[in-house]
Amino acid sequence: MQQQARFINIGERTNVTGSAKFKKLILAGNFEAALDVARQQVESGAQIIDINMDEAMLDSKAAMVRYLQLLASEPDISRVPIMVDSSKWEVIEAALKCIQGKAVVNSISLKEGESLFLYQARLLRRYGAAVVVMAFDEKGQADTKARKVAICQRAYRILTEQIGFPPQDIIFDPNIFAVATGIEEHNNYAVDFIEATREIKRLCPHAKISGGVSNVSFSFRGNDAVREAIHSVFLYHAIAAGMDMGIVNAGQLTVYDDIPPLLKQRVEDVILNRRDDATERLLEIAAQFKGDGSVAEKTDDAWRSFPVNKRLEYALVKGITDFIEIDTEDARQQAQKPLHVIEGPLMDGMNVVGDLFGEGKMFLPQVVKSARVMKKAVAYLQPYIEQEKEGGRAQAKVLLATVKGDVHDIGKNIVGVVLQCNNFEVIDLGVMVPCAELLRVAKEQNVDIVGLSGLITPSLEEMVHVAKEMTRLGYTVPLLIGGATTSKAHTAVKVEPNYQHGVVYVSNASRSVSVVQSLIANNKAEYLSRIKHEYEIVREQHARSRPGEKLLTLAEARANRFQLDLTKVAPAPKQLGVQLWQDINLNLLRDYIDWTPFFITWQLSGKYPSILNHAEVGMEARRVFNDANAILDSMINDGHISGKAIFGLFPANSDGDDIVIYTDETRSTERARLYNLRQQLQLRNNAANCSLADFIAPIDSGVNDYIGAFAVSTGFGADELAAKFAAEHDDYNSIMVKALADRLAEALAEYLHLKVRREYWGYAADETLDNEQLIRELYQGTRPAPGYPACPEHTEKGTLWQLLDVEAQIGMQLTESYAMWPGAAVSGWYLAHPDAKYFAVSKIGDDQLTEYAAKKGWTLEQAQSWLGPNLR
Amino acid sequence: MTARLTPNQFRQLLAERILILDGAMGTMIQQHCLDEAAFRGEEFANWPCDVRGNNDLLVLSQPELITDIHRQYLLAGADIIETNTFNSTSIAMADYQMERLAARINHEAAALARKVCDEITAQQPDKPRFVAGVLGPTNRTASISPKVNDPGFRNISFDQLVDAYTEATHALIAGGADIIMLETIFDTLNAKAAAFAVLKVFDELGYKLPVMISGTITDASGRTLSGQTTEAFYHSLAHVEPVCFGLNCALGPDLLRPYVETLANIAEAYVSVNPNAGLPNEFGEYDLGPVEMAREIADWAEQGFVNIVGGCCGTTPEHIKALYTAVKHLAPRQPKAVSHSFNLAGLEAFSVEW
Repeated sequence: MQQQARFINIGERTNVTGSAKFKKLILAGNFEAALDVARQQVESGAQIIDINMDEAMLDSKAAMVRYLQLLASEPDISRVPIMVDSSKWEVIEAALKCIQGKAVVNSISLKEGESLFLYQARLLRRYGAAVVVMAFDEKGQADTKARKVAICQRAYRILTEQIGFPPQDIIFDPNIFAVATGIEEHNNYAVDFIEATREIKRLCPHAKISGGVSNVSFSFRGNDAVREAIHSVFLYHAIAAGMDMGIVNAGQLTVYDDIPPLLKQRVEDVILNRRDDATERLLEIAAQFKGDGSVAEKTDDAWRSFPVNKRLEYALVKGITDFIEIDTEDARQQAQKPLHVIEGPLMDGMNVVGDLFGEGKMFLPQVVKSARVMKKAVAYLQPYIEQEKEGGRAQAKVLLATVKGDVHDIGKNIVGVVLQCNNFEVIDLGVMVPCAELLRVAKEQNVDIVGLSGLITPSLEEMVHVAKEMTRLGYTVPLLIGGATTSKAHTAVKVEPNYQHGVVYVSNASRSVSVVQSLIANNKAEYLSRIKHEYEIVREQHARSRPGEKLLTLAEARANRFQLDLTKVAPAPKQLGVQLWQDINLNLLRDYIDWTPFFITWQLSGKYPSILNHAEVGMEARRVFNDANAILDSMINDGHISGKAIFGLFPANSDGDDIVIYTDETRSTERARLYNLRQQLQLRNNAANCSLADFIAPIDSGVNDYIGAFAVSTGFGADELAAKFAAEHDDYNSIMVKALADRLAEALAEYLHLKVRREYWGYAADETLDNEQLIRELYQGTRPAPGYPACPEHTEKGTLWQLLDVEAQIGMQLTESYAMWPGAAVSGWYLAHPDAKYFAVSKIGDDQLTEYAAKKGWTLEQAQSWLGPNLR
Repeated sequence: MTARLTPNQFRQLLAERILILDGAMGTMIQQHCLDEAAFRGEEFANWPCDVRGNNDLLVLSQPELITDIHRQYLLAGADIIETNTFNSTSIAMADYQMERLAARINHEAAALARKVCDEITAQQPDKPRFVAGVLGPTNRTASISPKVNDPGFRNISFDQLVDAYTEATHALIAGGADIIMLETIFDTLNAKAAAFAVLKVFDELGYKLPVMISGTITDASGRTLSGQTTEAFYHSLAHVEPVCFGLNCALGPDLLRPYVETLANIAEAYVSVNPNAGLPNEFGEYDLGPVEMAREIADWAEQGFVNIVGGCCGTTPEHIKALYTAVKHLAPRQPKAVSHSFNLAGLEAFSVEW
């Protein structure tokens, strides 16, 4: 880890000379897919991307310009700096004319003499780019240490002394050549590079060293495990000597410490040129490492001989429960009172955990595991403490609840654990907690702080309600707001004005500790007044945000509806009507899991699978991923949870903004009517103002169209299993179970949709997409879910439930806020038209609000409450 | 005219006190409610297309009016006035079929400003006044496609921009500008082309004028229109070695504050800010008054964020006077020490210090 902290990864795959795949895409003119190569690089951790179009079959200049101009409109790629890689000056210059950021040019050299070198360097100053200077002069490319150093030093002098080139913007590439080629003269190439690096850094202050790392292992093409080990060992020594950056495959760097010892030793012999037969000896063992070169983590028992306080600390930091009762007992015998064990060594250990977490050296899953250890230790001590009848006073009492109508609690549970780790007493009332109940407990238990959580949009309204009730009933404790749909803006604009004793938005679990600490400290009043002021500013900003945002009238929005291509309406489904899947083989779904959100739950950010190799969080990500799969094995194979699905395909046509579902193909009787909202904001370039109805053929078109509906859950049994873990003081696994049930539900929705497209409806019988492509929704059609942006009004789920008779058939229920129970659930509509797309309704006007209320038979007030998030 | 202002002389002045930049030109012109005939004046009475709204043309058709606005700002306390050349590149002038007049407008605009500056400096020799020759952003973007369906398309090239800015820079300097100011930058690639032109002109002339660079954060996302953060924007243009680096337009002082602070924390150059008088209200008017604006900006000065302050859209000589009064006793910001840290930028900054 340490070695990579001071090393800049430059992505190498967007290079036609280095990547066959990229070259093929560029030659075929498939720039879209070629952009994905860059995106993958950035997602895998490349901090700079190297782009090279030097290919004889290509108009390199045109390809470079086109690629860079397309890349400029991909903010997730163009957020990182670009390295323009070409041996042709005209390509370099054309590229610099397309790049708004500060780029690096790779490369110029003294190959053609000083005057050309100076000319190019001067122009680079005008363009404002850093530069890679190759160790190349009039005599050729430098191979020995002495030549490398001499050329770089000469170039450095010319650049800094003659034209004032900033030394920190000079990057030397002293040439990495292949070793272990069987040619004796090559054996010292790596050593030459490493030693030259050390010397150049000494002689040329502020200059940097870079190189193309994969060259060094060229002779082991085809054996990635050995190549990666060579790269890792080479970098380990080169970075120690001062190498600052390198062109590498960012997703594929083995950690130096993880290389198996035998392989490491033989690679090191080669890189450091330690023995004449080094190459032969590496070849001898290379074949056996052809697969995955890594080894299992070794267990180390040394900590068992530490003094007891250190053992407890070690167990807490590492999250080891195996010996916790023995060690806690040891500590209890040494302590005067059992409570002292908690206040002393256990809290000390948790403080270490808290500090490490604060410094970013521990990650959330580890902290939750630490909490598990802590809870077990406390549970062990509890009977002894009771005996002595002494009550420990926690720092403060915090009440947590997921509000009425909402069943989502993963985030809230994590907050609870993190707070408990920091010696706060947490009273967790669970999910779907009515306001009156919550306030009753708050009063009875004399809590210091109330925290509300929620995930679905109606919960926002409920939180406002709780705030109003607290005011009415004269509460004075601060109120915390958190959960996926909450935001600082909503808290400031909608909640805070309703309660004057402090309302604070908590953006994530790690923030909760500092917020709660501020709220119980002496300067609480000062903290709250600061928050109040901050929210006033947020409110002001909100009030005048988006000055350019213009709302069309509903009539104007309708006139600008999406124009459906009636020639492309999907064919009739192979099988109309409702169907049921009971007892789904959940193992089948594992291939369809989108793991990225799972890591987000654990506050590990990065895309799966590249996150597993992430320099910083990769190790922890792998650990939590392995734990997840082990728990999944047990959840599924031991029958703890089960999954069910129901879906139906029906004749349908649109009627204005409504979608009419018919009882049968005669299309004479309405079976249900779906009410949709239409985008009313004026969109950029006058893009169409969409409603889901736009993607279904209108009644008067005479075209027969269809719609699907589905509801799936894999949460049956999940709550019980999670509760069982929680009762065993194992929040880690409790949270894990719920997070995994959620993932399986999404996977089931994905899998069912796939089967519908390919078989039941059958409009895409020959579709072949891999999971990555499914996650990116590259299939035909879309499956919007009521309560989400394309159809944000939750009560439409009621229609879906009636249509499929969901509750009677598979036991999934809706709460009064239209949250689904079990929580690990997905429901929605299937639209099959190739132009049907996901969109966000966003803000609507009073005209649409009034009309929608009339359609639903609501008062205006009811409509405002259900559509709150979509109103200005 | 006194001797040419060198970058180092300008730096020395900025180390001593906070300098005042002028306020809005467009707002002042609007107050005169000029009609088409007034914009045309005599010389352009028969011009083939409408020219009303071509504010820069007024340096030729209504030079007295522009001179008077400059004078009002100078009397309000401005140390630096900006030439009325926001749109005077051949690219932006094409809207009025006046691309051939670009050089002449730049030259005249600088000469007008020069004359009135010299007039006021003669009256108050202890407070010398300077002309900042303005290179505006043009009405096109080199790094953003105007066609949504074709993100690779561009309606202006780097080379076209360099040519237009080269012509304008030569004319501004010949007309008497002391400083070259790249302002209201919303696409950094446009600004890099302007910078390329300015550095080229300096090489051709054999001397350098002080350069001021000022970007525009377009909304509360904290980014330029072309998507860069404040830090990325700074690093992308640091090679110009501008005397002063700043932010202007788009936002009022309250919303601009965090980005001013960011810039103040990283800039090895001096820092300038000229915000709008708030955000436009429902009627498109700016209604932040001189007192409120001066209060916020004085606070920036007290925090040590700024070296040059002034106003953009919606500000008037009253605003500038209030600013001048509010900051004249306050100490200027000290630039960050030269660090040799390694900085690159995409849309976001990439910085390492080792």
